[in-house]
Amino acid sequence: MAEGELLIRNGVVYDPINGVNGEKKDISIRDGKVVEEVMNPKVIDAEGRVVMPGGVDIHSHIAGAKVNVGRLFRPEDGRKGREAKTKVCRAQSGYSVPNTFATGYRYAKMGYTFVMEAAMPPLAARHTHEEMVDIPILDNAAMPLIDNNWMTMEYVKSGDTDLLAAYIAWMIKATKGYGVKVVNPGGTEAWAWGKNCDINDAVPYFDVTPAEIIKGLAEATEKFEMPHSIHVHGNMLGHPGNFETTLATYDLVKGIKPYRDRPAMHATHTQFHSYGGTRWGDFESKAGAIADYVNKNEHLSIDIGSIILGDTTTMTADGPMEYSLYQITGRKWTNHDVELETGSGITPFLYSGKSPVNTVQWAIGQELALLIKDPWKLALTTDHPNAGPFIGYPIIISMLMSKKRREESAEDMHSVIYDRAELPSIDREYDLNEIAIITRGMAAKTLGLHEHGKGHLGVGADGDVAIYDISPEERDAGKIQKAFLNTKYTIKGGEVVVKDGEVVATPAGRTIFVTPECDDKLTEEMMVKLKDKFDHYYSVTFNNYPVQDAYLPNPYEIKAPWRS
Amino acid sequence: MVEITDVVCSLCGCVCDDIVVEVEDNKVTKVKKGACSVGKSKLMGHGRIESPAIRENGTLKNCSYDEAIKKAAEILAAARRPLLYGWSSTVCEADKVGVELAEEIGAVIDNTASVCHGPSVLAIQDVGLPSCTLGEVKNRADLVIYWGANPAAAHANHMKRYSYISKGYWTEEGKKNKKLIVVDVRKTATAKMADVFLQMEQGKDYLVFSALRAMLLGYEDVVPEEVGGVSKKDLLETVRLMKEAKFGMIFFGMGVTHTRARHNNVVNAIQTTRAAHTHTKFSIMPMRGHYNVAGINQVCTWETGYPFAVDLSRGYAWYNPGEISATDLLVRRECDAALIIASDPGAHFPGESIKHLSKIPVIQIDPFPNPTTEFADVLIPAAISGVEAEGNVYRMDNIPIRLRKLVDTEYVADEEIMKRILEEVRAIKEKEGE
Repeated sequence: MAEGELLIRNGVVYDPINGVNGEKKDISIRDGKVVEEVMNPKVIDAEGRVVMPGGVDIHSHIAGAKVNVGRLFRPEDGRKGREAKTKVCRAQSGYSVPNTFATGYRYAKMGYTFVMEAAMPPLAARHTHEEMVDIPILDNAAMPLIDNNWMTMEYVKSGDTDLLAAYIAWMIKATKGYGVKVVNPGGTEAWAWGKNCDINDAVPYFDVTPAEIIKGLAEATEKFEMPHSIHVHGNMLGHPGNFETTLATYDLVKGIKPYRDRPAMHATHTQFHSYGGTRWGDFESKAGAIADYVNKNEHLSIDIGSIILGDTTTMTADGPMEYSLYQITGRKWTNHDVELETGSGITPFLYSGKSPVNTVQWAIGQELALLIKDPWKLALTTDHPNAGPFIGYPIIISMLMSKKRREESAEDMHSVIYDRAELPSIDREYDLNEIAIITRGMAAKTLGLHEHGKGHLGVGADGDVAIYDISPEERDAGKIQKAFLNTKYTIKGGEVVVKDGEVVATPAGRTIFVTPECDDKLTEEMMVKLKDKFDHYYSVTFNNYPVQDAYLPNPYEIKAPWRS
Repeated sequence: MVEITDVVCSLCGCVCDDIVVEVEDNKVTKVKKGACSVGKSKLMGHGRIESPAIRENGTLKNCSYDEAIKKAAEILAAARRPLLYGWSSTVCEADKVGVELAEEIGAVIDNTASVCHGPSVLAIQDVGLPSCTLGEVKNRADLVIYWGANPAAAHANHMKRYSYISKGYWTEEGKKNKKLIVVDVRKTATAKMADVFLQMEQGKDYLVFSALRAMLLGYEDVVPEEVGGVSKKDLLETVRLMKEAKFGMIFFGMGVTHTRARHNNVVNAIQTTRAAHTHTKFSIMPMRGHYNVAGINQVCTWETGYPFAVDLSRGYAWYNPGEISATDLLVRRECDAALIIASDPGAHFPGESIKHLSKIPVIQIDPFPNPTTEFADVLIPAAISGVEAEGNVYRMDNIPIRLRKLVDTEYVADEEIMKRILEEVRAIKEKEGE
């Protein structure tokens, strides 16, 4: 955090959390925080340019075991993004799987200052943290996978929600994580035997269903004042006709009362879960049905997981899904199952506008954003790098803001776009305020980070600011895209880190972690079961398991007390 | 006397972490539980490089850390084509500084995978790697195959902790309900334990994998009566066991990576695993040697994009094993200085490359003397990671574990040595810039 004073003058500010919608307004920063006024500041003249809080990414795979597998087994991707070191920057490589340094620089150039690593395998949590330390500029956090976990499934089966809560508290603390991540619950455990599960199938040997796991974890999470709800990648991702499973998943948490005014479930990369049809031949968009549900209900939020056309590297803890994908493409495939906890798969994929299926997928992500009426219910993501790399965000922004651009793009796509998707018939165009909501405000609020200085510019907020080199009147989609790719200025904690699209400083980011506070007696009872797992089934010891403090040189703790 | 539990072994890729030791008078006096005999010997300590030293007129002369580090920095800053090699028997924290130094001076950074499982990396870059953690094997595997690997000698705790002999959730009776298949060119100690031992002719791995793969994919008829010295009958029995297993696991070693066909063998091994996966759950894992060779591959990959043989002379990372791996560079007499850390090319490189290495200025950082010491020009003794220094390492299944510090030492840790060299190099370059 930079000492001293900074004044951003004459910008047109979009700060939706504070209800500021395109007002000409000065932003004052002192010692890294937004303040009422400053006395003797360094001045940046924003001259009528668009000013927003630093971007907040709710879901991206930027660090850890499977990201690095992607880098390691795709030297051909590494070659794409290479840039030599400079006085300020380390050497860069990679496009869909950039090295850690490039990840920090490129997000910062787009005006982002916080990114959530969306899937941390608990047993490899140290790896995730080691990489996050090496990502410059960005504040970060990571969500441990707790759904295919044996302890979780056993407590869900026995119905001991309090003990399950004690377990997730221990796990989030042990991994220095942020919240509960769910990825193909039950299905990844089944994959350890080469099988998979739909939402109401029994998980082999554990005799629970994915539906019960999701519900149990949602209830256990809400035992604490957790900043974020359960974060769910449901069953049957990527399968034709999966929208019914998706809607059934949403229904599971309808009756659960969340801690404070946030949803009880965040359903991630919804594009991959909004598929109709019975096979690839009659594959069609069901974004309309999903959007309908989201419009009518208040208990969930989503992020879109929109497609960026071109080559990418898919990676997820959903092992069986990656195997299906590899069977379709026949390209290289890595799998890594993790004892007692989770799994993962990684395979390259090309999204082509010539493919009817990819064309419909491409439409669905944008349809979700355009058909869901309230932008506070969704965040812009590409599930980086699964639907495409994060540096494609500006493309999606320009699409959402310009019907003309969507029409022009549709002409280059497969003609199914006119029969099996709704996109060409949608007239809605996003304004800059709505863009600010889906790229920072919503994510910050849904993660509960707005109370810790992220995603807004109110007094006391972090001095994280993006200044884009466009005027609020700009309608040219190409210029909008260009502006959102490289800021005029990105300011992180009061320090200018990007100027005229170039990285000029690389301060270290902070790792934000949550400490759920659980009753000692419950914890003690849970420990008996847990220690048995370590004594007999884990391949590391109980004492060597938790992430040591050394892995978080810049920690920021959020306490989550037990709800009385 | 203090007893320390959960001690993590810094010897081989098994990274056993349930060791109990006794420490008295700042010395490990007893290894009570958990370590194999080689691991025990490392924990108890043996001959050290005792002092920093600089070679003058052919003789090593003791000096201070400051002098040795300064000399090392001078050599590296003046070099036109420096090589930074080793990194597998130290912690990731030191490896990270190594990559930064390589960027700073435009060096080639390479690690021992280059002469070890480098071919496996190339194979993974071709076809991927269906794998799992060692605990998965422990809990689920009812069929274990060791191919070109002899854990009974080289990874002494591997079978007991993680595979054939271990007991887990679905394997609570240990080896009783498991099958062990060993494929090797000679009847090793591991082979003697096997239910099926396929004794293969030297260099015929590719053929035998191909035969198994054909059978697994339903093309039994194309396989001749004998393949690479193995009878069709034995191959059929192997395939039967593979198909019948609930969870099969292949571990492969240097016998696969360093015989004729090299990385193509590993591609075929992985394709055989994929073929078996069409019948049942099947995974495969390389038997990594040094305790943190997986770790330097990880660090090098997330920092540069590539796991080994990385050339930073262009300012960005350039990856082309076969052109810029350490041995190639040395055989072509291309590099003019080398920093060797936590490894021993003097014992493991081909003669031609050692010849050149012995002629150029060599900086060695290591707790222990080895054949490389014989021609090193600057010696910098290091604390023993896992005994005298802590830090992160990656087990052979890429699970990160933190080494513990058991005793205090006057020796400086690798990370600190590397940082001081980097600082000195930067100071020299800044001066030159002026």
